[in-house]
Amino acid sequence: MSKPNSIGVVTPQTARFESPLTLKSGATLPFYELVYETYGTLNADNSNAILVCHALSGNHHVAGYHAEHDKRPGWWDNMIGPGKPIDTEHFFVIGVNNLGGCHGSTGPSSINPQTGKPFGASFPVVTVEDWVETQARLADRLGIRQFAAIVGGSLGGMQVLQWSINHPDRLRHALVIAAAPRLTAQNIAFNDVARQAILTDPDFHGGDFYAHGVVPRRGLRIARMLGHITYLSDDAMGEKFGRILRSGAYNFGYEVEFEIESYLRYQGDKFADSFDANTYLLMTKALDYFDPTHHHQHGSLSETLRAARSRFLVISFSTDWRFSPARSREIVKALLDNNLDVSYAEITAAHGHDAFLMEDPQYHYLVRAYMERVAAEVAA
Amino acid sequence: MTNTTTVRHDFETIASWVKPGSRVLDLGCGDGTLLKYLKDSRQAHGYGVDIKDANILACVQKGLNVIQNDLDAGLSGFEADSFDFVILSQTLQAMRHIEQVVAEMLRVGKQAIVAFPNFGYWRHRVQVLQGYMPVSPRLPYQWYDTPNIHLCTVRDFEAFCAQRNIRILERVVMDGERKIGLLPNIRGSVAAYRIERA
Repeated sequence: MSKPNSIGVVTPQTARFESPLTLKSGATLPFYELVYETYGTLNADNSNAILVCHALSGNHHVAGYHAEHDKRPGWWDNMIGPGKPIDTEHFFVIGVNNLGGCHGSTGPSSINPQTGKPFGASFPVVTVEDWVETQARLADRLGIRQFAAIVGGSLGGMQVLQWSINHPDRLRHALVIAAAPRLTAQNIAFNDVARQAILTDPDFHGGDFYAHGVVPRRGLRIARMLGHITYLSDDAMGEKFGRILRSGAYNFGYEVEFEIESYLRYQGDKFADSFDANTYLLMTKALDYFDPTHHHQHGSLSETLRAARSRFLVISFSTDWRFSPARSREIVKALLDNNLDVSYAEITAAHGHDAFLMEDPQYHYLVRAYMERVAAEVAA
Repeated sequence: MTNTTTVRHDFETIASWVKPGSRVLDLGCGDGTLLKYLKDSRQAHGYGVDIKDANILACVQKGLNVIQNDLDAGLSGFEADSFDFVILSQTLQAMRHIEQVVAEMLRVGKQAIVAFPNFGYWRHRVQVLQGYMPVSPRLPYQWYDTPNIHLCTVRDFEAFCAQRNIRILERVVMDGERKIGLLPNIRGSVAAYRIERA
Protein backbone atom coordinates (compact mmCIF):
# COMPACT_ATOMS: atom_id res chain seq x y z
CA MET A 1 0.00 0.00 0.00
CA SER A 2 1.63 3.24 -1.11
CA LYS A 3 0.70 5.55 1.72
CA PRO A 4 2.85 8.62 2.38
CA ASN A 5 5.55 8.00 4.99
CA SER A 6 4.62 4.35 5.34
CA ILE A 7 7.21 1.69 5.61
CA GLY A 8 5.01 -0.25 3.19
CA VAL A 9 4.56 -4.00 3.16
CA VAL A 10 6.52 -5.78 5.85
CA THR A 11 7.10 -9.46 6.52
CA PRO A 12 7.37 -10.94 10.00
CA GLN A 13 10.34 -13.15 10.79
CA THR A 14 10.78 -15.87 13.38
CA ALA A 15 13.77 -16.51 15.60
CA ARG A 16 13.96 -19.90 17.30
CA PHE A 17 15.89 -20.23 20.56
CA GLU A 18 17.01 -23.71 21.54
CA SER A 19 18.80 -22.84 24.77
CA PRO A 20 16.49 -23.32 27.75
CA LEU A 21 15.08 -20.23 29.43
CA THR A 22 14.51 -20.25 33.16
CA LEU A 23 11.70 -17.89 33.97
CA LYS A 24 11.28 -15.74 37.08
CA SER A 25 8.59 -18.14 38.23
CA GLY A 26 11.17 -20.93 38.29
CA ALA A 27 9.60 -22.72 35.33
CA THR A 28 11.81 -23.52 32.37
CA LEU A 29 11.02 -23.32 28.69
CA PRO A 30 13.28 -25.76 26.80
CA PHE A 31 12.98 -23.70 23.63
CA TYR A 32 10.83 -20.88 22.27
CA GLU A 33 10.22 -18.81 19.20
CA LEU A 34 9.88 -15.05 18.90
CA VAL A 35 8.20 -13.46 15.93
CA TYR A 36 9.46 -10.00 15.04
CA GLU A 37 9.54 -7.35 12.34
CA THR A 38 12.26 -4.93 11.39
CA TYR A 39 12.07 -1.63 9.53
CA GLY A 40 14.94 0.40 8.12
CA THR A 41 18.54 -0.69 7.78
CA LEU A 42 21.04 -1.64 10.44
CA ASN A 43 24.12 0.56 10.02
CA ALA A 44 27.71 -0.68 9.70
CA ASP A 45 28.50 -0.62 13.44
CA ASN A 46 25.05 -1.89 14.48
CA SER A 47 24.47 1.26 16.52
CA ASN A 48 21.19 2.55 15.11
CA ALA A 49 18.82 -0.12 16.40
CA ILE A 50 15.60 0.81 18.20
CA LEU A 51 13.56 -1.76 20.11
CA VAL A 52 9.83 -1.11 20.41
CA CYS A 53 8.17 -2.88 23.36
CA HIS A 54 4.48 -3.50 23.08
CA ALA A 55 1.68 -3.11 25.60
CA LEU A 56 -1.04 -5.46 26.79
CA SER A 57 -2.72 -6.24 23.48
CA GLY A 58 0.05 -5.19 21.11
CA ASN A 59 2.41 -7.30 19.07
CA HIS A 60 5.37 -7.25 16.73
CA HIS A 61 3.43 -5.59 13.91
CA VAL A 62 4.34 -2.05 14.84
CA ALA A 63 4.36 -0.29 11.47
CA GLY A 64 3.57 -0.83 7.84
CA TYR A 65 1.20 -3.35 6.27
CA HIS A 66 1.24 -7.11 5.96
CA ALA A 67 -0.35 -7.08 2.55
CA GLU A 68 -0.92 -4.64 -0.25
CA HIS A 69 -4.59 -4.23 0.60
CA ASP A 70 -4.51 -4.33 4.40
CA LYS A 71 -6.96 -1.82 5.81
CA ARG A 72 -5.02 -1.13 8.98
CA PRO A 73 -1.31 -0.62 9.48
CA GLY A 74 0.73 -1.72 12.51
CA TRP A 75 -0.33 -0.38 15.89
CA TRP A 76 2.22 2.48 16.06
CA ASP A 77 2.39 3.36 12.38
CA ASN A 78 1.76 7.05 13.14
CA MET A 79 5.02 7.12 15.13
CA ILE A 80 7.30 4.88 13.11
CA GLY A 81 8.17 5.03 9.43
CA PRO A 82 10.16 7.02 6.91
CA GLY A 83 10.04 10.69 7.94
CA LYS A 84 8.04 9.90 11.07
CA PRO A 85 9.11 10.78 14.64
CA ILE A 86 10.96 7.48 14.90
CA ASP A 87 12.41 7.73 11.44
CA THR A 88 13.20 4.46 9.67
CA GLU A 89 15.46 6.42 7.31
CA HIS A 90 17.84 6.74 10.26
CA PHE A 91 17.00 3.82 12.51
CA PHE A 92 16.70 0.08 12.34
CA VAL A 93 13.48 -0.50 14.26
CA ILE A 94 12.55 -3.85 15.78
CA GLY A 95 9.09 -4.88 16.91
CA VAL A 96 8.82 -8.20 18.73
CA ASN A 97 5.84 -10.19 19.93
CA ASN A 98 6.50 -10.94 23.58
CA LEU A 99 6.87 -14.46 24.88
CA GLY A 100 3.44 -15.74 25.86
CA GLY A 101 1.82 -13.69 23.10
CA CYS A 102 -0.71 -14.93 20.61
CA HIS A 103 0.60 -13.49 17.36
CA GLY A 104 3.34 -15.95 16.53
CA SER A 105 5.72 -16.03 19.48
CA THR A 106 5.58 -19.10 21.68
CA GLY A 107 2.61 -18.78 23.98
CA PRO A 108 -0.33 -20.64 25.50
CA SER A 109 -1.95 -21.16 22.10
CA SER A 110 1.25 -22.63 20.57
CA ILE A 111 1.55 -26.38 20.11
CA ASN A 112 3.59 -28.07 22.82
CA PRO A 113 5.73 -30.54 20.86
CA GLN A 114 5.82 -32.92 23.82
CA THR A 115 2.04 -33.38 23.74
CA GLY A 116 1.12 -32.28 20.25
CA LYS A 117 -1.53 -30.07 21.81
CA PRO A 118 -1.64 -26.35 22.67
CA PHE A 119 0.12 -25.46 25.92
CA GLY A 120 -3.03 -23.88 27.29
CA ALA A 121 -3.03 -23.73 31.08
CA SER A 122 0.37 -25.42 31.22
CA PHE A 123 2.14 -22.41 29.71
CA PRO A 124 4.10 -20.76 32.51
CA VAL A 125 3.39 -17.25 33.75
CA VAL A 126 5.99 -14.84 32.39
CA THR A 127 7.12 -11.49 33.77
CA VAL A 128 8.44 -8.23 32.37
CA GLU A 129 11.93 -9.37 33.36
CA ASP A 130 11.48 -12.56 31.35
CA TRP A 131 10.47 -10.50 28.34
CA VAL A 132 13.51 -8.29 28.69
CA GLU A 133 15.69 -11.40 28.85
CA THR A 134 14.18 -12.85 25.67
CA GLN A 135 14.41 -9.50 23.89
CA ALA A 136 18.08 -9.34 24.86
CA ARG A 137 18.62 -12.79 23.37
CA LEU A 138 16.95 -11.63 20.16
CA ALA A 139 19.25 -8.60 20.14
CA ASP A 140 22.25 -10.95 20.50
CA ARG A 141 20.95 -12.96 17.58
CA LEU A 142 20.67 -9.82 15.45
CA GLY A 143 24.15 -8.66 16.44
CA ILE A 144 22.94 -5.68 18.44
CA ARG A 145 25.13 -5.07 21.45
CA GLN A 146 23.62 -1.74 22.36
CA PHE A 147 20.32 -0.17 21.28
CA ALA A 148 20.31 3.49 20.30
CA ALA A 149 16.99 3.58 22.13
CA ILE A 150 14.32 1.34 23.58
CA VAL A 151 10.82 2.72 23.36
CA GLY A 152 7.50 1.67 24.83
CA GLY A 153 4.15 2.89 26.11
CA SER A 154 2.16 1.54 29.06
CA LEU A 155 3.29 -2.05 29.73
CA GLY A 156 5.84 -1.38 26.98
CA GLY A 157 7.24 1.51 29.02
CA MET A 158 7.65 -0.85 31.96
CA GLN A 159 9.81 -3.11 29.81
CA VAL A 160 11.94 -0.10 28.87
CA LEU A 161 12.40 0.74 32.55
CA GLN A 162 13.35 -2.87 33.30
CA TRP A 163 15.85 -2.84 30.44
CA SER A 164 17.54 0.23 31.90
CA ILE A 165 17.95 -1.61 35.21
CA ASN A 166 18.85 -5.12 34.03
CA HIS A 167 21.00 -4.17 31.04
CA PRO A 168 22.15 -0.61 31.72
CA ASP A 169 24.88 -0.71 29.07
CA ARG A 170 22.71 -2.12 26.32
CA LEU A 171 20.66 1.01 25.65
CA ARG A 172 21.71 4.61 25.15
CA HIS A 173 18.23 6.08 25.49
CA ALA A 174 15.03 5.00 27.18
CA LEU A 175 11.66 6.40 26.11
CA VAL A 176 9.18 5.55 28.85
CA ILE A 177 5.70 6.63 27.78
CA ALA A 178 2.42 6.53 29.76
CA ALA A 179 3.94 4.07 32.19
CA ALA A 180 4.21 3.56 35.95
CA PRO A 181 6.92 2.16 38.20
CA ARG A 182 4.38 -0.45 39.41
CA LEU A 183 0.63 -0.84 39.45
CA THR A 184 -1.58 0.55 42.19
CA ALA A 185 -4.12 -1.63 44.01
CA GLN A 186 -6.82 -0.04 41.86
CA ASN A 187 -5.00 -1.05 38.69
CA ILE A 188 -4.52 -4.62 39.90
CA ALA A 189 -8.20 -4.66 40.80
CA PHE A 190 -9.21 -3.75 37.26
CA ASN A 191 -6.96 -6.49 35.93
CA ASP A 192 -8.45 -9.05 38.26
CA VAL A 193 -12.01 -8.23 37.25
CA ALA A 194 -10.90 -8.76 33.64
CA ARG A 195 -9.28 -12.07 34.57
CA GLN A 196 -12.32 -13.21 36.52
CA ALA A 197 -14.49 -12.56 33.47
CA ILE A 198 -12.32 -15.00 31.51
CA LEU A 199 -11.66 -17.53 34.27
CA THR A 200 -15.37 -17.91 35.09
CA ASP A 201 -16.50 -18.20 31.47
CA PRO A 202 -17.78 -21.79 31.09
CA ASP A 203 -16.00 -21.95 27.74
CA PHE A 204 -12.63 -21.35 29.40
CA HIS A 205 -12.24 -24.98 30.51
CA GLY A 206 -9.44 -24.18 32.90
CA GLY A 207 -7.40 -22.73 30.06
CA ASP A 208 -7.63 -25.79 27.81
CA PHE A 209 -10.55 -24.58 25.71
CA TYR A 210 -8.67 -25.31 22.47
CA ALA A 211 -9.43 -29.04 22.78
CA HIS A 212 -13.12 -28.25 23.14
CA GLY A 213 -13.19 -26.22 19.97
CA VAL A 214 -14.51 -23.16 21.82
CA VAL A 215 -13.21 -19.74 22.89
CA PRO A 216 -14.22 -17.99 26.13
CA ARG A 217 -15.67 -15.14 24.12
CA ARG A 218 -17.91 -13.76 26.84
CA GLY A 219 -15.01 -13.43 29.22
CA LEU A 220 -12.69 -11.87 26.66
CA ARG A 221 -15.39 -9.42 25.57
CA ILE A 222 -16.09 -8.25 29.10
CA ALA A 223 -12.39 -8.04 29.91
CA ARG A 224 -11.82 -5.87 26.86
CA MET A 225 -14.88 -3.71 27.50
CA LEU A 226 -13.67 -3.02 31.03
CA GLY A 227 -10.18 -2.29 29.74
CA HIS A 228 -11.48 0.20 27.19
CA ILE A 229 -13.39 2.13 29.85
CA THR A 230 -10.18 2.58 31.81
CA TYR A 231 -8.11 3.55 28.76
CA LEU A 232 -10.39 6.47 27.92
CA SER A 233 -11.00 9.59 29.94
CA ASP A 234 -14.46 10.50 31.18
CA ASP A 235 -14.31 13.65 29.05
CA ALA A 236 -13.23 11.88 25.88
CA MET A 237 -15.97 9.31 26.29
CA GLY A 238 -18.52 12.01 27.01
CA GLU A 239 -17.47 14.01 24.01
CA LYS A 240 -17.46 11.07 21.64
CA PHE A 241 -20.59 9.27 22.80
CA GLY A 242 -22.41 11.37 25.37
CA ARG A 243 -25.86 9.90 25.94
CA ILE A 244 -26.51 9.45 22.25
CA LEU A 245 -29.05 6.73 21.52
CA ARG A 246 -28.72 4.65 18.40
CA SER A 247 -32.42 4.73 17.61
CA GLY A 248 -33.01 8.15 19.13
CA ALA A 249 -35.44 6.83 21.76
CA TYR A 250 -35.52 4.52 24.73
CA ASN A 251 -36.53 0.96 23.92
CA PHE A 252 -36.98 -0.12 27.54
CA GLY A 253 -34.94 -3.27 27.02
CA TYR A 254 -31.41 -4.62 27.24
CA GLU A 255 -30.36 -4.52 23.63
CA VAL A 256 -27.76 -1.99 22.47
CA GLU A 257 -29.23 1.46 22.95
CA PHE A 258 -26.55 3.96 23.87
CA GLU A 259 -23.71 4.60 21.43
CA ILE A 260 -21.18 3.85 24.16
CA GLU A 261 -22.68 0.37 24.54
CA SER A 262 -22.37 -0.17 20.83
CA TYR A 263 -18.77 0.99 20.84
CA LEU A 264 -17.73 -1.21 23.76
CA ARG A 265 -19.47 -4.29 22.38
CA TYR A 266 -17.86 -3.74 19.00
CA GLN A 267 -14.43 -3.44 20.63
CA GLY A 268 -15.13 -6.49 22.77
CA ASP A 269 -16.23 -8.62 19.80
CA LYS A 270 -13.26 -7.55 17.71
CA PHE A 271 -10.89 -8.46 20.51
CA ALA A 272 -12.57 -11.80 21.28
CA ASP A 273 -12.12 -12.76 17.62
CA SER A 274 -8.42 -11.98 17.54
CA PHE A 275 -6.88 -12.42 20.98
CA ASP A 276 -6.09 -15.49 23.02
CA ALA A 277 -7.69 -15.66 26.47
CA ASN A 278 -4.65 -17.28 28.08
CA THR A 279 -2.38 -14.61 26.66
CA TYR A 280 -4.66 -11.95 28.08
CA LEU A 281 -4.46 -13.54 31.52
CA LEU A 282 -0.70 -13.80 31.27
CA MET A 283 -0.20 -10.22 30.09
CA THR A 284 -2.33 -8.76 32.88
CA LYS A 285 -0.45 -10.86 35.40
CA ALA A 286 2.87 -9.56 34.05
CA LEU A 287 1.51 -6.05 34.59
CA ASP A 288 0.48 -6.83 38.17
CA TYR A 289 3.79 -8.45 39.05
CA PHE A 290 5.89 -5.67 37.56
CA ASP A 291 7.78 -3.95 40.34
CA PRO A 292 11.50 -3.44 39.75
CA THR A 293 11.95 -2.67 43.44
CA HIS A 294 10.49 -6.03 44.47
CA HIS A 295 13.76 -7.92 44.67
CA HIS A 296 15.69 -4.93 45.87
CA GLN A 297 16.70 -4.89 49.49
CA HIS A 298 15.85 -1.24 50.07
CA GLY A 299 12.67 -1.36 48.05
CA SER A 300 12.97 2.18 46.70
CA LEU A 301 12.82 3.00 43.03
CA SER A 302 15.73 5.41 43.44
CA GLU A 303 17.91 2.62 44.82
CA THR A 304 16.78 0.25 42.08
CA LEU A 305 17.56 2.74 39.31
CA ARG A 306 21.04 3.34 40.67
CA ALA A 307 22.27 0.81 38.11
CA ALA A 308 20.75 2.69 35.15
CA ARG A 309 23.05 4.47 32.72
CA SER A 310 20.86 5.48 29.80
CA ARG A 311 19.32 8.85 29.15
CA PHE A 312 15.56 9.08 29.57
CA LEU A 313 12.58 10.74 27.99
CA VAL A 314 9.50 10.23 30.15
CA ILE A 315 6.10 11.25 28.80
CA SER A 316 2.67 11.19 30.44
CA PHE A 317 -0.77 12.37 29.35
CA SER A 318 -2.90 14.77 31.37
CA THR A 319 -6.15 12.76 31.29
CA ASP A 320 -4.58 9.32 31.70
CA TRP A 321 -5.99 8.04 34.98
CA ARG A 322 -4.91 4.43 34.55
CA PHE A 323 -1.21 5.44 34.37
CA SER A 324 -1.47 8.98 35.61
CA PRO A 325 1.15 11.75 35.26
CA ALA A 326 1.86 11.40 39.00
CA ARG A 327 3.11 7.84 38.35
CA SER A 328 5.46 9.07 35.63
CA ARG A 329 6.73 11.75 37.99
CA GLU A 330 7.68 9.00 40.44
CA ILE A 331 9.94 7.58 37.74
CA VAL A 332 11.35 11.04 36.98
CA LYS A 333 12.09 11.65 40.65
CA ALA A 334 13.97 8.36 40.96
CA LEU A 335 16.02 9.25 37.86
CA LEU A 336 16.79 12.73 39.24
CA ASP A 337 17.84 11.17 42.53
CA ASN A 338 20.45 9.26 40.55
CA ASN A 339 21.64 12.29 38.63
CA LEU A 340 20.60 10.65 35.35
CA ASP A 341 19.78 12.62 32.26
CA VAL A 342 16.02 12.89 31.96
CA SER A 343 13.44 15.03 30.27
CA TYR A 344 9.80 14.84 31.25
CA ALA A 345 6.75 16.09 29.41
CA GLU A 346 3.14 15.99 30.47
CA ILE A 347 1.12 16.15 27.27
CA THR A 348 -2.24 17.88 27.48
CA ALA A 349 -4.45 15.37 25.72
CA ALA A 350 -8.09 14.39 25.98
CA HIS A 351 -7.84 10.69 25.24
CA GLY A 352 -6.75 9.23 28.56
CA HIS A 353 -4.34 6.31 28.49
CA ASP A 354 -5.05 5.69 24.81
CA ALA A 355 -3.43 9.06 24.02
CA PHE A 356 -0.03 7.40 23.78
CA LEU A 357 -1.19 5.69 20.58
CA MET A 358 -2.75 8.83 19.09
CA GLU A 359 -1.26 11.47 16.89
CA ASP A 360 -0.81 14.59 18.98
CA PRO A 361 1.33 17.47 17.67
CA GLN A 362 3.25 18.24 20.88
CA TYR A 363 3.76 14.55 21.68
CA HIS A 364 5.03 13.73 18.21
CA TYR A 365 7.17 16.89 17.94
CA LEU A 366 8.83 15.94 21.21
CA VAL A 367 9.59 12.36 20.25
CA ARG A 368 10.82 13.59 16.87
CA ALA A 369 13.09 16.21 18.44
CA TYR A 370 14.46 13.69 20.92
CA MET A 371 15.02 11.02 18.29
CA GLU A 372 16.75 13.52 15.98
CA ARG A 373 19.35 13.99 18.74
CA VAL A 374 19.66 10.23 19.05
CA ALA A 375 20.09 9.93 15.29
CA ALA A 376 22.82 12.57 15.33
CA GLU A 377 24.67 10.56 18.01
CA VAL A 378 24.66 7.33 16.06
CA ALA A 379 25.61 9.08 12.84
CA ALA A 380 28.58 10.76 14.51
CA MET B 1 30.66 35.38 24.57
CA THR B 2 30.16 33.15 21.56
CA ASN B 3 30.63 34.62 18.13
CA THR B 4 27.15 34.63 16.67
CA THR B 5 24.74 34.25 19.58
CA THR B 6 24.28 37.17 21.90
CA VAL B 7 24.58 35.93 25.43
CA ARG B 8 22.66 38.16 27.76
CA HIS B 9 24.95 39.92 30.16
CA ASP B 10 23.17 38.65 33.24
CA PHE B 11 23.79 35.13 31.90
CA GLU B 12 27.51 35.82 32.02
CA THR B 13 27.15 36.98 35.62
CA ILE B 14 25.22 33.85 36.53
CA ALA B 15 27.70 31.63 34.70
CA SER B 16 30.62 33.25 36.53
CA TRP B 17 29.03 32.15 39.82
CA VAL B 18 28.47 28.56 38.71
CA LYS B 19 31.52 26.44 39.43
CA PRO B 20 32.52 24.15 36.55
CA GLY B 21 30.83 20.77 36.68
CA SER B 22 28.09 21.93 39.07
CA ARG B 23 24.69 20.34 39.25
CA VAL B 24 22.18 23.06 38.44
CA LEU B 25 18.42 23.43 38.31
CA ASP B 26 17.10 26.28 36.18
CA LEU B 27 13.56 27.18 37.17
CA GLY B 28 11.46 28.79 34.46
CA CYS B 29 14.18 27.84 32.00
CA GLY B 30 12.25 29.07 28.95
CA ASP B 31 13.78 27.86 25.71
CA GLY B 32 16.90 26.70 27.55
CA THR B 33 19.28 29.45 26.39
CA LEU B 34 20.82 29.96 29.84
CA LEU B 35 20.98 26.25 30.60
CA LYS B 36 22.69 25.57 27.28
CA TYR B 37 25.16 28.36 28.04
CA LEU B 38 25.92 26.87 31.46
CA LYS B 39 26.29 23.42 29.94
CA ASP B 40 28.66 24.65 27.24
CA SER B 41 30.66 27.20 29.21
CA ARG B 42 30.66 25.63 32.70
CA GLN B 43 30.12 21.95 31.90
CA ALA B 44 27.15 22.14 34.23
CA HIS B 45 24.99 19.06 34.62
CA GLY B 46 21.67 20.75 34.50
CA TYR B 47 17.95 20.36 34.39
CA GLY B 48 15.46 22.99 33.32
CA VAL B 49 11.96 23.28 34.67
CA ASP B 50 9.19 24.94 32.70
CA ILE B 51 5.46 24.70 32.26
CA LYS B 52 5.04 25.68 28.59
CA ASP B 53 4.89 23.01 25.88
CA ALA B 54 6.88 25.15 23.43
CA ASN B 55 9.70 25.57 25.95
CA ILE B 56 9.86 21.85 26.71
CA LEU B 57 10.19 21.18 23.01
CA ALA B 58 12.83 23.89 22.55
CA CYS B 59 14.93 22.41 25.37
CA VAL B 60 14.65 18.88 24.01
CA GLN B 61 15.72 20.20 20.59
CA LYS B 62 18.82 21.66 22.26
CA GLY B 63 19.56 18.30 23.89
CA LEU B 64 18.89 19.65 27.39
CA ASN B 65 17.24 17.92 30.31
CA VAL B 66 13.92 19.57 31.00
CA ILE B 67 11.10 18.72 33.38
CA GLN B 68 7.58 19.94 32.68
CA ASN B 69 6.30 21.18 35.99
CA ASP B 70 4.32 24.06 37.45
CA LEU B 71 6.73 25.95 39.69
CA ASP B 72 3.89 27.40 41.71
CA ALA B 73 3.06 23.81 42.72
CA GLY B 74 6.44 23.58 44.47
CA LEU B 75 9.48 21.40 43.95
CA SER B 76 8.29 18.25 45.70
CA GLY B 77 9.88 16.12 42.97
CA PHE B 78 13.35 17.25 44.04
CA GLU B 79 15.32 16.14 47.08
CA ALA B 80 16.75 18.59 49.61
CA ASP B 81 20.29 19.78 48.88
CA SER B 82 20.34 17.85 45.60
CA PHE B 83 21.64 20.76 43.50
CA ASP B 84 24.67 22.99 43.81
CA PHE B 85 22.72 25.89 42.35
CA VAL B 86 19.03 26.50 41.80
CA ILE B 87 18.56 29.37 39.37
CA LEU B 88 15.56 31.61 38.87
CA SER B 89 16.39 34.00 36.05
CA GLN B 90 13.86 36.64 35.03
CA THR B 91 11.04 34.49 36.37
CA LEU B 92 10.58 35.63 39.99
CA GLN B 93 8.34 38.51 39.01
CA ALA B 94 5.89 36.20 37.23
CA MET B 95 5.48 33.74 40.08
CA ARG B 96 2.42 33.59 42.29
CA HIS B 97 3.94 32.24 45.48
CA ILE B 98 7.31 33.97 45.77
CA GLU B 99 7.98 33.10 49.40
CA GLN B 100 7.29 29.43 48.80
CA VAL B 101 9.37 29.32 45.63
CA VAL B 102 12.40 30.97 47.22
CA ALA B 103 12.11 28.69 50.26
CA GLU B 104 11.92 25.66 47.95
CA MET B 105 14.95 26.88 45.98
CA LEU B 106 16.97 27.07 49.17
CA ARG B 107 15.74 23.64 50.28
CA VAL B 108 16.64 21.90 47.01
CA GLY B 109 19.79 23.90 46.30
CA LYS B 110 22.87 24.48 48.40
CA GLN B 111 22.80 27.95 46.91
CA ALA B 112 20.30 29.86 44.79
CA ILE B 113 20.77 32.46 42.10
CA VAL B 114 17.95 34.94 41.48
CA ALA B 115 17.94 37.51 38.70
CA PHE B 116 15.08 39.92 38.10
CA PRO B 117 14.28 43.25 36.44
CA ASN B 118 14.70 46.11 38.89
CA PHE B 119 11.46 48.03 39.13
CA GLY B 120 13.37 50.87 40.79
CA TYR B 121 15.37 51.54 37.59
CA TRP B 122 15.29 55.27 36.82
CA ARG B 123 13.57 54.87 33.47
CA HIS B 124 10.79 52.98 35.23
CA ARG B 125 10.55 55.71 37.86
CA VAL B 126 10.29 58.41 35.20
CA GLN B 127 7.44 56.62 33.49
CA VAL B 128 5.58 56.17 36.76
CA LEU B 129 6.09 59.89 37.50
CA GLN B 130 4.67 60.66 34.07
CA GLY B 131 1.65 58.66 35.15
CA TYR B 132 2.16 55.38 33.29
CA MET B 133 3.17 51.84 34.13
CA PRO B 134 6.74 51.38 32.92
CA VAL B 135 7.52 49.66 29.65
CA SER B 136 11.18 48.94 28.89
CA PRO B 137 13.36 46.33 27.20
CA ARG B 138 13.37 44.42 30.51
CA LEU B 139 9.65 44.96 31.10
CA PRO B 140 8.35 44.83 27.56
CA TYR B 141 4.67 44.37 28.43
CA GLN B 142 1.67 46.64 28.75
CA TRP B 143 -0.07 46.69 32.13
CA TYR B 144 -2.96 44.64 30.74
CA ASP B 145 -0.97 41.81 29.17
CA THR B 146 2.00 41.49 31.49
CA PRO B 147 2.78 38.13 33.10
CA ASN B 148 4.69 40.06 35.77
CA ILE B 149 2.58 40.12 38.89
CA HIS B 150 5.25 40.54 41.58
CA LEU B 151 7.68 43.22 40.48
CA CYS B 152 10.17 44.42 43.05
CA THR B 153 13.16 46.71 43.47
CA VAL B 154 16.69 45.94 44.59
CA ARG B 155 15.81 47.25 48.04
CA ASP B 156 12.62 45.22 48.22
CA PHE B 157 14.47 42.00 47.49
CA GLU B 158 17.19 42.70 50.01
CA ALA B 159 14.61 43.46 52.70
CA PHE B 160 12.82 40.23 51.76
CA CYS B 161 16.05 38.26 52.27
CA ALA B 162 16.86 40.02 55.55
CA GLN B 163 13.43 39.19 56.95
CA ARG B 164 13.76 35.53 56.07
CA ASN B 165 17.25 34.75 57.26
CA ILE B 166 18.57 34.49 53.72
CA ARG B 167 22.22 35.39 53.31
CA ILE B 168 23.20 37.39 50.24
CA LEU B 169 26.58 36.08 49.09
CA GLU B 170 26.98 38.21 46.00
CA ARG B 171 25.08 40.86 44.12
CA VAL B 172 25.55 42.21 40.63
CA VAL B 173 23.37 45.05 39.35
CA MET B 174 23.61 45.97 35.71
CA ASP B 175 22.27 48.27 33.06
CA GLY B 176 22.82 46.65 29.71
CA GLU B 177 26.38 45.39 29.75
CA ARG B 178 27.51 47.92 32.37
CA LYS B 179 27.90 46.89 35.98
CA ILE B 180 26.45 49.48 38.33
CA GLY B 181 28.23 50.29 41.57
CA LEU B 182 26.76 53.60 42.67
CA LEU B 183 23.00 53.96 43.24
CA PRO B 184 22.15 50.49 41.99
CA ASN B 185 18.45 50.74 42.81
CA ILE B 186 18.16 53.73 40.49
CA ARG B 187 20.75 53.05 37.81
CA GLY B 188 20.38 49.28 37.45
CA SER B 189 17.82 47.71 35.13
CA VAL B 190 18.53 44.17 36.25
CA ALA B 191 19.80 42.60 39.46
CA ALA B 192 21.29 39.18 40.14
CA TYR B 193 21.85 37.67 43.58
CA ARG B 194 23.62 34.59 44.85
CA ILE B 195 21.99 33.55 48.12
CA GLU B 196 21.96 30.75 50.69
CA ARG B 197 20.25 29.81 53.92
CA ALA B 198 21.82 31.81 56.74
